[in-house]
Amino acid sequence: HLATSLPLPSERDHLRPRIDMVVFMIDIKSKYSLKNVETSLAHVDANFFLGKVCFLVTGVGRVNACSIETNAVCKLAEAYCSPVLFCELELEGIRAATAQRLLRMLQICAGHIPGVSALSFVSLMRSSNVD
Amino acid sequence: ENADPQKTAFVLRKAWTLYSVTPLYRFRRSRLSEYARLLSAFIAAEKQKGLAVEVGVELDIKVALSSLADLRGSELDQAALLVQLSSRSRASSKNSEDKLVWSGWFCSMFGDDLSENVPENFTCLPLFLTHGAESYTSLVGSWFQKTFDCCFRRLAISPLNLSWMVAMWAGYKLERAASAVELVFSVPRLSQPLDISYAIHPEDAKALWDTVQKTPGEITQGEVDVFMDCLCAHFHRHFKIHLSAAKLVKVSTGIASAHCDGIVKILHSQHLPGVLMLLTELAISQIQ
Repeated sequence: HLATSLPLPSERDHLRPRIDMVVFMIDIKSKYSLKNVETSLAHVDANFFLGKVCFLVTGVGRVNACSIETNAVCKLAEAYCSPVLFCELELEGIRAATAQRLLRMLQICAGHIPGVSALSFVSLMRSSNVD
Repeated sequence: ENADPQKTAFVLRKAWTLYSVTPLYRFRRSRLSEYARLLSAFIAAEKQKGLAVEVGVELDIKVALSSLADLRGSELDQAALLVQLSSRSRASSKNSEDKLVWSGWFCSMFGDDLSENVPENFTCLPLFLTHGAESYTSLVGSWFQKTFDCCFRRLAISPLNLSWMVAMWAGYKLERAASAVELVFSVPRLSQPLDISYAIHPEDAKALWDTVQKTPGEITQGEVDVFMDCLCAHFHRHFKIHLSAAKLVKVSTGIASAHCDGIVKILHSQHLPGVLMLLTELAISQIQ
């Protein structure tokens, strides 16, 4: 399900299936997209931040069109205990690989992979910070 | 740092195209006149091959290389190197003046980040600025690449860096009535390209910056963000357009102007070192 911002319209609440994972997309060429994500984050229930939220930064192929500091995004992700993925949607190979990664993460968040839960993402992140 | 204004006057009020240059190998300041002769011969040879720059008119290109000791930040920087191409039509009389057709100069303004990590025999002049026909730029560039084993790349300026420039330059004190602070945005993903030009009175822009900047002489990314957010919020209030979703492509102030394709114009000699220092930093980060 794709949305331009949160909260989702309440009229369709009863028709909506369970949400297993939220991916916030930030376009490195648009400061507006970062602001939009920042305001939308406030509408997400705290439970999602136990591994069910991920930030996806797009457009990283064009370094010269940067309107956002990647540092700022990393700090945001750290503050919300969630991983950041960087990708370039214009390149088919990277687009496909990123989609596969997200799908894998979704499978784990939805509980389809026995023995692995979304909480693993959180602990994986903590250990890389220590390094 | 107190540069002779006459020597640096050539920099002002011209649109310079920017390049980053990797360090030059075995460049000797003492051999400038020899280099000028070699470059002149190279250009003549290329023209013989048919890479003629101007069709119809027979032109001899004279090359002059000179050092500009004043154009540098500290003693650790290499003095700037100026390359000038002049033409004298063969048809005209011996006493006719040479006409300057192209100029380019290499410079390093507080480029210690690069020069301190470079082995001997390498000369660091990471910023290259050109004014004149692109064909001459590529001729001069090819000769330097072959002779000193260096690499030239166009220096593009990201919206992030452009906003840094406009915040910094809008905050400088100007003696007399200066031109407006202008930001040009390009709106993406439309069937027909749309450019938005946002002009602000220079005093208003400076007043805004003065409320944002906490420590004089120091600028943080956070302060630049606040400055830009205020400008965008003001625009949104009036036109309901989110400039933050558009691409900042050009900034213009009374001090200098800069375009994302890597083209700058410097209008005030007083702030020349500051502007060059920023550009040197960009060039170095593109090299590394």
